[in-house]
Amino acid sequence: MAKRLISFTLNGKQHDGVAPDNTLLLDYLREGLKLTGTKTGCDGGECGACTVLVDGRPQLSCLTLVGQVEGKTVETVEAMSVNGRLSPVQEGFHVKLGSQCGACTPGFIVAAEGLLRENPTPTDDDIKWALGSNICRCTGYIKIYEAVRYAAAKMRGEEPAPYPPTDYSKVA
Amino acid sequence: MNEQVKPVAPAAADPVKSVGEYVPMVDGPEKVTGRARYAADILDAEALEAAIFRSPYSHAEILEVDTSEAEAMEGVRAVVTGADCDETFGVLPIARSEHPLARDRVRYKGEPIAAVAADNIHIAKAALKKIKVKVRELPAYFRARDARAEGATDLHEHRTGNIERDAFFELGDVDQAFKDADLVLEEEFHMSEVCQAQMEMHSAVVEYDPQRDRLTCWCSTQVPYYVHLMLAKTLKMDQGKIRVVKPFVGGGFGCRTETLNVELITALLARKIGGRVRMLISREETFITHRGRPETDVRIKMGMKKDGTITGVEFENDQRGGAHSSYGIVTILYAGSLLYAIYDLRNVKYIGRRVLTNTPPCGAFRGHGTVATRIAFESMVDMLAEGLGLDPIEARRKNYLEAPTFTDNDLMVNSYGLPECVDWVEKASGWAEKRKNGLPDPGPGKKKGLGFACSHYISGASKPVNWTGEPHATVNLKLDWDGSITALTGAAEIGQGSSTVVAQITADVLGLDMSRVRVISADSEVTPKDNGSYSSRVTFYVGNATLDAAQNLRRILVEAAARKLEANPEDIEVLGEIYRAGSQDQGIPYNEVVMEALRDTGTITAKGIYNTIPESWGGKKYRGAAIGGTMGFSYAAQVVEVTVDEYTGQVDVDNVWVAHDCGKAINRLTVEGQIEGSVWMGMGQALSEETSYHDGLMVANNMLDYRVPTIADSPPIHTHIVESNDPYGPYGAKEAGEGSLSGFIPAVANAIYDAVGIRFKDTPITPDKVFLAMEKKARFGKKDQAA
Repeated sequence: MAKRLISFTLNGKQHDGVAPDNTLLLDYLREGLKLTGTKTGCDGGECGACTVLVDGRPQLSCLTLVGQVEGKTVETVEAMSVNGRLSPVQEGFHVKLGSQCGACTPGFIVAAEGLLRENPTPTDDDIKWALGSNICRCTGYIKIYEAVRYAAAKMRGEEPAPYPPTDYSKVA
Repeated sequence: MNEQVKPVAPAAADPVKSVGEYVPMVDGPEKVTGRARYAADILDAEALEAAIFRSPYSHAEILEVDTSEAEAMEGVRAVVTGADCDETFGVLPIARSEHPLARDRVRYKGEPIAAVAADNIHIAKAALKKIKVKVRELPAYFRARDARAEGATDLHEHRTGNIERDAFFELGDVDQAFKDADLVLEEEFHMSEVCQAQMEMHSAVVEYDPQRDRLTCWCSTQVPYYVHLMLAKTLKMDQGKIRVVKPFVGGGFGCRTETLNVELITALLARKIGGRVRMLISREETFITHRGRPETDVRIKMGMKKDGTITGVEFENDQRGGAHSSYGIVTILYAGSLLYAIYDLRNVKYIGRRVLTNTPPCGAFRGHGTVATRIAFESMVDMLAEGLGLDPIEARRKNYLEAPTFTDNDLMVNSYGLPECVDWVEKASGWAEKRKNGLPDPGPGKKKGLGFACSHYISGASKPVNWTGEPHATVNLKLDWDGSITALTGAAEIGQGSSTVVAQITADVLGLDMSRVRVISADSEVTPKDNGSYSSRVTFYVGNATLDAAQNLRRILVEAAARKLEANPEDIEVLGEIYRAGSQDQGIPYNEVVMEALRDTGTITAKGIYNTIPESWGGKKYRGAAIGGTMGFSYAAQVVEVTVDEYTGQVDVDNVWVAHDCGKAINRLTVEGQIEGSVWMGMGQALSEETSYHDGLMVANNMLDYRVPTIADSPPIHTHIVESNDPYGPYGAKEAGEGSLSGFIPAVANAIYDAVGIRFKDTPITPDKVFLAMEKKARFGKKDQAA
C-alpha cells in the first residue's frame, strides 16, 4: 500500500504524519497517535462512538480515510476541555449522568458539541436528530437530553441547576 | 471541576451528607474527557496483536488443525490451538464444558479453534486465512425442539438428549387450584433470543513474564475474580502468580459475568511468546461470543377467582441454551423460583428444560432468568382480569404479599414496596381516568392504548457460585497522614456507579466531603477479592461491607479524638472536619485526629466485611431451590402508553411511568439512570431486538441489524423512586439496576392489546408481526388473534 504524507490541524495543533492510503482516521488517531478518547464501538458506521469534528462538523472517523482530512481541522474529545476544565457539554454529561459506562460518551459529546456550536438554542427535536446516529446502551437517552440542555444553557451564559433533574414530561 | 459541579458542598462544622443525594459519578470526568482507559486503550509498542480463527461449521468433529503455513508467515510470533490447552472453563463448578479453543469438536459457528499473535493486526488476520481445518460434520440443531428430538446427536457426552438441566417442582396443589378458580386460561408464548450489545466490544491485554512466571491480565470483565480463577485453571498456573486488573469497562449487562474465551486465548498466546498480547475482537465476534438471553418457549396455565385472586399457576418452558453450559442451570432455575416473591402464590407447578443447541452459548442477561417468566405471567394476569371483568391493577392488588414473609419456596422477603409503586404509576399516568374516558384520538389510522405490569428482582444471590466460606464482600479503607482515604474494593465498576456508592458511604459515615475519598476498583494486586458485579449484588453486599469498614474507621478516629481531648469516646461528636467532646467544646480538626490515630501505628487500614444470613439462602423443597435466595427483592410497576399505526404496524411508545422500590436510593442520580436504562432495555427486547441465525450463522451480528433503539425511538420515562427501607440493606438500600426491565415488556404488550385488541405473545413485537395480525383481524374479524 502506498504511503502518503498528511498534514492537518489536530486539536488546535498542526499535525504532520505518514500513513498508508487505506488508513482510517479512527485507527490513525487511536493506534498511531494514541488518542484513545475516540472509541471503536462497531465494525463500521453503525454506532457513532468514533465521532470527531472535521471542520467543526461531526463525522464518523471509522468511515473517513486519513487522507480525506488533508488540510482540514480535526477535533477529538481530548480537545473539548479547556485548561483541564470540563467544557459545558462535558460538564453536562458528567453532572446529569448522560454518561454511564462511558464507551459511547466521547461520540455523544463530540456530536453534541457540533450541534451546539451551530445551534445554541436547540429544541428537544433538534437534539434528537443531531444525536440520532449515536447509540447508547446504558441511559435510555433521558439523561442525554438533560445533559445537552444543561450544556446549551451553560453555553448561553445561564447557570442551570445541576440537580434535581428537570421535569421529565418535557422530554421530546 | 467548578464549584457547582462539586458533589457535596462542605459546611464548616456540620457533617457532610453524601447518601441519598444526587451525586455524579466519581469517575465521570475521565469518561467525558476521553482520559478513561478501557482494555482496548491500553497501548504498548511491544505488544503483539492477536486474532481468532473461528469455526465455519455448526457441529463437527475436528480431525486436524493445520497451522504450519500460518506459523511460517513473517511477523507471526505464535499460534495456539486446542492442543495448547486441555482444561475446560465455565462459571458453574458443576458445569464446565468449554475449552478456550475447541478440541475434538466444534459446536457452533464462530467457536474459536485457533489464534494468532503477530507483529500487527494485518499480519494476524492474514495468517488466519492460512489455517486449515479438516472435520467430519455432525448433525446440527438450531432450535430447542430439534435438539431434543428422538435420535438427535448429543452435543456433549455427559448431557444425554441435549438436556443441560431439567427442573421441576410442584408446591401446593395446582389441579385443585384450577378447580377453585372462576376462570382458567392456558396460553403459549415465544420470546426471541436477545444479546447485551454493550457499547464496548470485548478486548483483553495479557502480559506474561517468563522470568518470574507471572501473568497480568487487563480485560473487559464484570467479575475479575472469575477471570483470575479460570486463568489459573486453564493455564495450570498458581493463582498467586496471576494478577487481574479491571480497567474502565464499557458496560456488561451480564455477558461479562463469566470468563470469556477472549481473555483465556490472549493469555495462552502471551505465555507462548513470553510477552504482551493485545486482542480486540470485532462487533461481530462480540455478538458471537454472546451470553445473551435464550430463546424461550413458554406454556402457562393460570387460574383466577372473580375477585382477582390467583389460585394457581402452571409454568413450563424450554430455553435454547446454545452450545455450552454457561449459566444455563441457574437461568432455568431462576425462571421457576422467581415465579415467587412478587405475589402471594400458593399453588405453583414448574417445568423447565435447558436445552443444548448448536448456537452461541447464552448466559446471564440483565433480569437473568426472570424476563420470559414475567412476560408470560403479567400478560396472563391481564387476560384473566379481562375475562373476569376486572381492572388489571385491581387484579394485581388482590395478590400482594405481606412483608416480612417467606414464600412457599422459602425466599426471604423483608421489604415490599410494590403497593406504593403500583399506586404511584396508577396516579401519575392518569390510569383510571384514561381507562374510563379513553385516550386522546391520535388521528386517522392510529390507535392509542395503555398497559400495566409489575416486576421484581433479587439483590444479589445469597450463596455465591464458588462457596468458599469467605465473607460475601470485603472492603479495605486506607487512611494515611494526609487525611485522605483510599477505598480498596474488588467490586467491578462497569458504569453502574459502584465506586461512587463506595465513596459515598465511606464519606457519609465519617461526615467528610467525598473529595477526601478515592476509590480503587478491582486490581487483584491491590484490592480485596470480590464476587463481582452481577445479579445486582454490589450496592447491597459491597455497600454493607463499606459501611462496616467506615464504621470501624470512625471508631478508631473517635478513640483517637477522645485521647487527644481527654474525654470518653462515647462523648465524642463527629462533625466530619471537626471532632469535639460535647457542644461546648471547640473541638479539634480532622487532620489532627488523623495524626493522633496514626501515632505509634502508622498508616491505618480499616476493614469491613459482609455476610448474608442463612435464612436468605433459599430452601431445599426441590432440587435447585437455593437459586433465587437473596437478601432483598426490588419491586417495580409501570404503565406504558403506546400509539399503534394501523397502516404500518409501527408501535410508538409515547410515555412510560415507572416506580421502582430500591429500598433506599443511596445515589438518586444513578438509581434514576439505572431505572431508565432498565425500562429502555426492556423496550428494545419488546419491540425490536433479536439475534437471528441463518443455518446457525448469526446474521444480526452488527448494530444495524440488531436493532437497539436510538434516541429517535426512545420515549420519555417518568421515574419515581420508592424507598421501602430494607432492614438488611445498607441505609435500607436494595437492587435498582434490573428489576424494571422485565415489567416493560408485558406492559407494552398489554398496551398494544388495549389499543388494537390483539394479544401479542411473541417478542419482539415488530411492525411486520403487528401489521400481519391486524390484516388477519380485519379480514376474519377475530378478536384476540395471536400473532
